[in-house]
Amino acid sequence: MKITVDTTLCEVHGDCVVVAPDIFDIGEDDDVVQILNAEPGEDQRAVVTQAAKMCPVAAITIEG
Amino acid sequence: MRDVVVVGGGLAGYRFAQSLRETGYDGDLTIVCDEEHRPYDRPPLSKQLLAGTYSEDQCALPGDAPDATWIFGRRAVRLDRDRNLVVLDDGREVSYDGLLIASGRRARAWQGELPASGVHTLRDLADTAAFRASIGPDAKVVIIGAGFIGCEVAATLRKEGLDVTVVDVAPYPMPVMGAEIGARAVRIHEAHGVRFRLGRSVAAVAGDGRVTGVLLDDGECLEATVVLIAVGSVPNSEWLEGSGIAIERGVVTCDATCSVLGEDGTVLAGIMAAGDVAAWPHHHGEGAVCIEHWSNARDMADLAARNLLLGVAERSPMASLASVPTFWSDQYDVKIKSAGFLRAADRWTIVSEDPERPSLLVEGHRGDELVGAVAFNMNRSIISYHRTLSVPVVD
Repeated sequence: MKITVDTTLCEVHGDCVVVAPDIFDIGEDDDVVQILNAEPGEDQRAVVTQAAKMCPVAAITIEG
Repeated sequence: MRDVVVVGGGLAGYRFAQSLRETGYDGDLTIVCDEEHRPYDRPPLSKQLLAGTYSEDQCALPGDAPDATWIFGRRAVRLDRDRNLVVLDDGREVSYDGLLIASGRRARAWQGELPASGVHTLRDLADTAAFRASIGPDAKVVIIGAGFIGCEVAATLRKEGLDVTVVDVAPYPMPVMGAEIGARAVRIHEAHGVRFRLGRSVAAVAGDGRVTGVLLDDGECLEATVVLIAVGSVPNSEWLEGSGIAIERGVVTCDATCSVLGEDGTVLAGIMAAGDVAAWPHHHGEGAVCIEHWSNARDMADLAARNLLLGVAERSPMASLASVPTFWSDQYDVKIKSAGFLRAADRWTIVSEDPERPSLLVEGHRGDELVGAVAFNMNRSIISYHRTLSVPVVD
């Protein structure tokens, strides 16, 4: 599983950080989300899928 | 269940349809949408679409369109629960064995006479297009209503250097966030050239044919070439009158599983509701509350889809993190974010502030209990409040 974020879409809503704090993070001043772990293990698939689904601008893509 | 009907083609209806297909539902799915457009996202209407940085196509809701029969440009006018039928405004009858009520809201109409042209509301794509088209380079824009739409539109138009005055009977803008934030919002908007007339009510919108001005209660007349009426919204629930569904203050009453209640308070098994037309229990609310946030429509729709196919006893309430109301608003370089049920707050406390940046963090309490927080440009801090405020919804 490989996670990418379309930084042209990301508006730092932060829903992904709320759902998957081990995968995504946002600093106070960040304009786009940071990916802490772009290739997490299968145990993270459920929360990553949920994070992608929650994103208000559909900026998160999961491959594999 | 083989015949699911969705009334409403907005965010809630669309997300519900996507989630329902994800659950594996393979029966018929019909979506009744009163607009002619495929479902689109409303937050850009007062910002990117109005500014012209997004096209209408870029406002389309993302993701794969669910496999469904779409009925565009038709409104539901009646629900016949005895015969399991939704009646449309062209007389068509659509039968269901599962129903999602997601008919949303419309802009509140002005209670008074209006000139024939130059006065607008802003709730859908057509509204934004018409409002935009009426604004010339020398426009003098008066916005009646200093809520989120009024303030976002003011910010969008000031970035273009247009002449903008905002009028509200309230003493400060966006009153749900309290007086401290209201005062700072005034400062930010005034620094960008917006004029406010707060604590003032409108006596008349003047103009013979085309609007020429807005007359205030103290006798001042604001010259206007365009007026935006942004005084809130009303639920599209008239079609449910007489159906036996519990409706309070115009919104459909649900339990914590998004199941719709009848007038006797019992669950109507095949009917769910989601989004701005629905109310449901919240830990800090009294009874069922209507939460008009984008995230609430998303979360209710996903939950309603999962629960519709289950027996009433098997249905589950919202996961705690998703039960925290959240919203955002972008005005100039300020990203406003909120977590919690702000209407419950009786006291607001400033936690931190940097007027230069600008940044701000404010907590809302009811008595000693934290009920919400609002942040300006503090994207990490607000996430911790979202976590702190997560509690199971009451059943």
